[in-house]
Amino acid sequence: MSAPEGHLKDLLVRGLSGDGAAYHAFLKALGAFLRGYLRGRLARVPDEVEDLVQETLLAVHNQRHTYDAAQPLTAWVHAIARYKMIDFLRRRAGREAMNDPLDDDDELLGASDEGAREARRDIATLLAKLPDRHRLPIVHVKIEGLSVAETARLTGMSESAVKVGIHRGLKALSALIRE
Amino acid sequence: METDKLIAMLAKDPEPVAPGVVARRYGAALAAGGAGAFALMLAFLGVRPDLAQAAGDPMFWVKLAVPLGLFAAALVGTTRLARPGVRAGWSAEALLVPVGGIWVLAGVALLSAAPGERMALVLGSTWTSCPFNIALLSVPAFAATFWAMKGLAPTRPVAAGAFSGLLAGALGAAVYCLHCPEMAPPFLGTWYLLGMAIPAAAGAAAGPRLLRW
Repeated sequence: MSAPEGHLKDLLVRGLSGDGAAYHAFLKALGAFLRGYLRGRLARVPDEVEDLVQETLLAVHNQRHTYDAAQPLTAWVHAIARYKMIDFLRRRAGREAMNDPLDDDDELLGASDEGAREARRDIATLLAKLPDRHRLPIVHVKIEGLSVAETARLTGMSESAVKVGIHRGLKALSALIRE
Repeated sequence: METDKLIAMLAKDPEPVAPGVVARRYGAALAAGGAGAFALMLAFLGVRPDLAQAAGDPMFWVKLAVPLGLFAAALVGTTRLARPGVRAGWSAEALLVPVGGIWVLAGVALLSAAPGERMALVLGSTWTSCPFNIALLSVPAFAATFWAMKGLAPTRPVAAGAFSGLLAGALGAAVYCLHCPEMAPPFLGTWYLLGMAIPAAAGAAAGPRLLRW
């Protein structure tokens, strides 16, 4: 097993148990790998690579409960990235780009690219479209950094509704991207 | 929003993920689907009146083993396909064990029967309703297995849909055994399998649309 696999897996496993710093490091490193991977495969549409990096990171986050620590991280991440890329290409109806061969698991952790470009689609704009019960918990807890209890007091929602709102809101955000 | 800001947002106080989410979802889904199948069976079909007597016949248990074997293999396949990067693997081949088993028994029964009786062994007395009754009993489990899969992350939606449908069909067929009077392997090897194939085919067709994420 390669070095990035072991290191990233360790970060993700810690992240899944609630370690925010490890999870941040995991997403940061994964974002760079995704960028390298997608830039190689979406050479015809370089402007949309960052959008797909963001969409895939959001998908990884939303589906993180499907990761089984007994499973190679590379295979899991690669399957998500590939699924999102195919979905993206179908949406664009990019018939030419579909001809690119989609290859093995190993490559994703091979090409890292730290140089983020501007995303064309702004997730903040999509976030603003969410209903309050989704948007407010995300804005207060995940962006402004308030606690769940503080957010509950501020919004009049229950604490469990705040947690559910974050969870469902991030899924709804992913659905908005697919539209 | 820049990617770094998105990452900071996602990583801010991440909710810990409880292990065993796949098992919990399928436990709940199959309990609900099984209860639904049982309720439909009682409401529309009824338990066969000679059930106690039939349970003394080994063939009753062989008959029940066909959907239960498919249920077990489909459950393994479904829970595997719910995770990105995991294929159905050996569970797909394992489906052939109950199918092959009942076909061998059906072959033996047909060969040892007089030629004029073979058609009766295949058709029994309920062949016109059996597959549809099995499909009917699988409806609650079909909804439940799709609900379970929808909350996970299938990356092969046709296979994930087909396995989900087959899982529901096998559960429906197992419950149907409590009603159905047929005991001949040629009947089971034809109409039971067809009954379970209906939800499996429906699942394969519905997967790409219903399971997208």
